[in-house]
Amino acid sequence: MTQASLATPAALNLVRLLGRLAIGAIRPVGALALFALRGVSALFSPPWFPRQLLRQVSSIGFFSLPVVGLTAAFTGAALALNIYSGGGRFNAEQVMPQIVALGITRELGPVLAALMLAGRVSAAIAAEIGAMRTTEQIDALRTLSTDPFRYLIAPRLAAAVMTLPLLTVVADTIGVAGGWLIGVRLLHFNPTAYIRSTADFLQPWDVGSGLIKSAVFGFIVALMGCHHGYNASGGAHGVGRAATQAVVSSAILIFAADYLLTTLFSHP
Amino acid sequence: MTQMPKLEWKGVRKRFNGAPVLDSLDLSVPPGRSLVIIGGSGEGKSVTIKIALGLLPPDAGQVLLDGQDVVGLGERARRRLFSRVGVLFQGGALFDSLTVWENVAFRLINADGVPRKAAKARAIEALERVRLGAQVAALWPSELSGGMQKRVGLARAIVANPQILFFDEPTTGLDPITAAAIDDLIVEQVKQLGRTAVSITHDLSSARRIGDEIAMLHDGKIVWRGAAGDLDHTDNPYVRQFVARRADKIITSAA
Repeated sequence: MTQASLATPAALNLVRLLGRLAIGAIRPVGALALFALRGVSALFSPPWFPRQLLRQVSSIGFFSLPVVGLTAAFTGAALALNIYSGGGRFNAEQVMPQIVALGITRELGPVLAALMLAGRVSAAIAAEIGAMRTTEQIDALRTLSTDPFRYLIAPRLAAAVMTLPLLTVVADTIGVAGGWLIGVRLLHFNPTAYIRSTADFLQPWDVGSGLIKSAVFGFIVALMGCHHGYNASGGAHGVGRAATQAVVSSAILIFAADYLLTTLFSHP
Repeated sequence: MTQMPKLEWKGVRKRFNGAPVLDSLDLSVPPGRSLVIIGGSGEGKSVTIKIALGLLPPDAGQVLLDGQDVVGLGERARRRLFSRVGVLFQGGALFDSLTVWENVAFRLINADGVPRKAAKARAIEALERVRLGAQVAALWPSELSGGMQKRVGLARAIVANPQILFFDEPTTGLDPITAAAIDDLIVEQVKQLGRTAVSITHDLSSARRIGDEIAMLHDGKIVWRGAAGDLDHTDNPYVRQFVARRADKIITSAA
């Protein structure tokens, strides 16, 4: 056998391996994109299931209020203390209310509300839909002439996109209030002056950009929960894995999307 | 003149990870008849009906429902065609988040556009047909026993008066008395009302009770088909081994 004929299979094997790795990496992205496309197209074509949408709005939005509110309150308070002590190094303590408001509305309100939702909602969606998959409930839906994308996926996507901005408004308000409480009680700011300086400083875009971000984050949270749940397999272990993957992938995509959107909004 | 089958598998092939599960399966069910498919675990019984229901795509072949190929149908055409189909799943597959009557009325409300009040009345009527009282209607599926869940699943399958019914292991996991009761309900709904039925099971007592005909699936093909009464008299070695419950010779255990 010649040297060339020996080398050819080795080179082919390498190409094959690289091809397999590339396909392995691209396939999940393609599958997720197709899933998202089917989910979004189900949103815009009948039949719609308003009762399902209301259930999801209540489950995703209303029942997330306590955890989002608490997180925002503590974060606003901690942020106020940090900025006050840090600002003191260059005599900038007095800008603490403005920095807290800016940090909460542009960044921490949307991101923390989304992360709380990723932990509470994305995992719950993945577990519920995953359990439906493994107990043949999704097959049953199809045999009952009901498209699972219209009945299960679309209402969750719509509910998360609608409710996360509302939760972010709550998080913004409570976060700023947390800063105000620390500023007034511990740091001896004038209560009225604190509120006035915050209101004068904030621009509508500071809040608006955060709300746009939170709508995108809501989509990510619901999409990851639905995608991993819908494709769950392997019984209880598979459902657990789907829930974990939903939370982890939601969190990573939230941070990535946050960076991209912040970059986009910083260079209008 | 030969009668057109209600449902027909023609040359259906299906592989999983390269291993053939169905190998040019040819099988048909005449209208108004009850066919039971028997076979060992992992022989492809569930795959056979999942392909017929459009839940799995075949690698090759056709599935004809009233002469129309259901393979590759669009979602809308599929929804229209499957409005004539009712399915009882192995585990019941009841929706946990809905009450019993909402489960039974699911198709009526969500696919057929029946108002909730009228749908509830029809659901309660269907529950009574499977010997469940109206008081069960407001319960959650998790509050029911396994036998009751099967009955609710049966009520859900028959509530819209389908022309063809599929039963996936209808008596698995039930005690003999409850299993016999489920079989009687299936016979009542299928034979007396003249519906077509396809069941899969490895419970031979159940197969004898609910089937007009029995077909045995082995190595992806039908290796025997005959009247339910012939099951115990055939010379077919596969059937004889299955009936005798012997774990040797031709069929080896998949467990």
